[in-house]
Amino acid sequence: MDNFLALTNLIIPASLLALFPLLGFFVTALFGKYLKHAAGWIASGMILISFSISLYLFMNLPGEAALNFNLFDWIKWGSVNLSFGILIDHLSLIMLLVVTGIGFLIHIYSIGYMHHDEGFTRFFSYLNLFIFFMLVLVMANSYLVMFIGWEGVGLCSYLLIGFWFKNDAFNDAAKKAFIMNRIGDLGFLMGMFLMLFHFGGLDYTTVNAAAQALPLGNTLIVSITLFLFIGAMGKSAQLPLYTWLPDAMAGPTPVSALIHAATMVTAGIYMIARSNILYAMAPFTMEVVMWVGVATSIFAAIIGMKQNDIKKVLAYSTVSQLGLMFAALGMGAFESGMFHVVTHAFFKALLFLGAGSVIHAMGGAQDIRQMGGLAKYIKITWFTFLIATLAISGIFPFAGFFSKDEILAVAFASHKEVWILLSISSMITAFYMFRLFFLTFNTSFRGTEEQKHHLHESPITMTLPLSILAVFAAIAGFWGMPAVFGQTHFFAAYLAPVFEGSKQYLGEAHEASHATEWMLMGIATVAALFSIAVAYALYISKKWLPEADEETTGFAKWVANKFYIDEFYDKVIVKPLLVVSDIFFVLIDKLIIDLIVMATAWIVGFTGRTIRLAQTGNTGLYIFAMVIGMMVLMFFQLVY
Amino acid sequence: MMNSQLIFFMLAALSILSALFVVFSKNPIYSVLWLIVCFFSIAGHYIMLNAQFLAIVHIIVYTGAIMVLMLFTVMLLNLNKESEPHKSVMYKGAAVLTGGMLMLVLLAAMRSTQLGTYVAPGRAETGFVQNVGLKLFTDFLLPFEMTSVLFIAAMIGAVVLAKKEVH
Amino acid sequence: MNTVVEQANPQNWYLLLSTILFSIGVMGVLMRRNALIILMCVELMLNSVNLLLVSFSAYAGNTDGQVFVFFIMVVAAAEVAVGLALLVSIYRNIGTTDIDVLSKLKW
Repeated sequence: MDNFLALTNLIIPASLLALFPLLGFFVTALFGKYLKHAAGWIASGMILISFSISLYLFMNLPGEAALNFNLFDWIKWGSVNLSFGILIDHLSLIMLLVVTGIGFLIHIYSIGYMHHDEGFTRFFSYLNLFIFFMLVLVMANSYLVMFIGWEGVGLCSYLLIGFWFKNDAFNDAAKKAFIMNRIGDLGFLMGMFLMLFHFGGLDYTTVNAAAQALPLGNTLIVSITLFLFIGAMGKSAQLPLYTWLPDAMAGPTPVSALIHAATMVTAGIYMIARSNILYAMAPFTMEVVMWVGVATSIFAAIIGMKQNDIKKVLAYSTVSQLGLMFAALGMGAFESGMFHVVTHAFFKALLFLGAGSVIHAMGGAQDIRQMGGLAKYIKITWFTFLIATLAISGIFPFAGFFSKDEILAVAFASHKEVWILLSISSMITAFYMFRLFFLTFNTSFRGTEEQKHHLHESPITMTLPLSILAVFAAIAGFWGMPAVFGQTHFFAAYLAPVFEGSKQYLGEAHEASHATEWMLMGIATVAALFSIAVAYALYISKKWLPEADEETTGFAKWVANKFYIDEFYDKVIVKPLLVVSDIFFVLIDKLIIDLIVMATAWIVGFTGRTIRLAQTGNTGLYIFAMVIGMMVLMFFQLVY
Repeated sequence: MMNSQLIFFMLAALSILSALFVVFSKNPIYSVLWLIVCFFSIAGHYIMLNAQFLAIVHIIVYTGAIMVLMLFTVMLLNLNKESEPHKSVMYKGAAVLTGGMLMLVLLAAMRSTQLGTYVAPGRAETGFVQNVGLKLFTDFLLPFEMTSVLFIAAMIGAVVLAKKEVH
Repeated sequence: MNTVVEQANPQNWYLLLSTILFSIGVMGVLMRRNALIILMCVELMLNSVNLLLVSFSAYAGNTDGQVFVFFIMVVAAAEVAVGLALLVSIYRNIGTTDIDVLSKLKW
């Protein structure tokens, strides 16, 4: 009963939570002209309020309870009732804290980063709108409401990638992101249709209950989960739908940090974690998820080795890390996947914001071949970037070490081959991250004299978020200490009630012995250190520089050009589609549809031209017509 | 024939004839004057129907105000027999025919209507100032007040429309 | 004064009279080209309706009908004021009140 009371008290804050960013969106969008730079602070304030409410919910949610309530009935027909509701449980709370917390820091950062941009207020209204939709996505209690947020964040992503819409290439990148996501969304929709048709509802409780009545590995559940996974592939940039994410770096850097690294792209992982019971009941899908994740992880990491744009490197690293998370989900380690989502959000946001600070110092240049030796000019950025790089490389005791190690441990216990592949991917990650780091911050400056004069540390609004994120990137791992350190795994324990339902289908988790765990950690650390040493030897001792684009040859050229995947898609999908649409355009559109439309228009026009002759403008005739009309009406009234 | 019937027929004949003269007079001034006669005869009908107050108001408003205004306008625009436009005989015939047909239809409608039969004869005081005023200031107070707004609007509109444009 | 006046004439007569007056009004509207006369014929039609209302009011012994007549008079007065203003304005601009000349409202 106490629980019930405590939960009812939380309904109002939970309902208001998402409304503040929406309010901020309207205020900054409508009154941005008058607010000028105050818009940035208003927008940030709204997110801060949401963050405070999330914290309040986090503190006050009693025990293992979940707050699940419907705000209103949305679509109702027959026995189907799709309502608009909110679900606050431990999983969504974690995501809420990450989204609003990191969102707030990135808002603050943007005040400094976007200060001179003419679209300052527009930027903040988009950001607030994004946070709103992300909160809707996270707090939804049904797939339908989640889909609203899912589409909404896609829209905001589109708007923000094409933020500088005067540049055609950026617009193309935005369109690409939107279309790629649309392919995934179709999968999501198909999954929803299947659920609605067979389960008669879309809220998680209904779906889970209906699914659990079916046998394990049922075809229906497998197809539903596969369709949902297609949606996740689109949103979370997995093979083969990942190509939009690197291009999405066209947007302003805070956007890359918030949307394309920390929050939106993890929506796919969140969705699968949310549907953990469905996925646990479909072992085939789990295999698919795992292998797609592993393949993406390695593939993107390899491409990342040869990228020279500071943001592109981070983008491929994001794709790679997302692959790692999917691999974890695919092995049934939902907690580990979510744990990596959180730590990754910290250090990847930090990396992007650091990159933004570097770009800011460089006056807009993004090519690492023109950087170098920046450490002494931008100290805070250098230091925080170092922490983030260590974290992503998996060096003890930074956040990435614990979450990555956990995934590797799970892989070692269940799929040895996956463990090997993921370890290689991690090694590559450590290598290219330090390659990036060394090329940017060490040796001597390679840019122009003008740029050298321009070099300066960013304002406090940018460095403060960097520092705060750096603290979290350093310590966030301690929430999930492996058993060997003798601590409770706080994170897994916290999430346990959410994933309780799926445990029975997954079979016993392989509990690795302490010795094995020590060994795994040792291997991972040694591998990472080895990669760092190689990067150090190549780029500092030997002072290697990535060659200019034209000089790249052989396999390296393939890698530098991202294995020509974009070109491949262009040849195999886009070109034939264009040809087919040309045919349809000429045959169906021009010949048939246009004929019908034009004929209709012509008939209407002809009738009009003919009948308008009756409109002589003679008032007397009009009165006659009126009286006769009255008479006829009355006559019929009398007769019938 | 009773007195009241006699009076009715005389008044009715007067109304119909004057109305016809309104329509068929060539000179607009005659039309206006015949319309005044017609309105007087209608006022007579009102008195016959025990609507004494209304009859007086009718004379004041229609004959005193509206028709004088009409007359003024006719004179202001200098309309007379010569300037009066004429329509062809066919047009007039069509108008008479249509009017007649409308009357037929209306009469047919009237015939098929079931009129209420009033058992008690109407009382004389129905049309007294007291009764009309009571109704007007209790049940119909809001519409009554709204009419003042309507009048203001009409007044302003008339002034704006008729005012000479200042160049 | 509390006399009961015998309504000697059948109500049908009044209905008939109103119908005839109304039709004459309509006829006038159709026949004449002078906008002023048309306005007068409209007044005639309004009055025939007034007569009808008063007759019903008298026969039913209910004052409501007469109150309605008041409102109709108000509207008629407003209409005449605006109508005549329009007419004067049109005459000033075009030099005629012939409705056949006012045929700008055409395709």
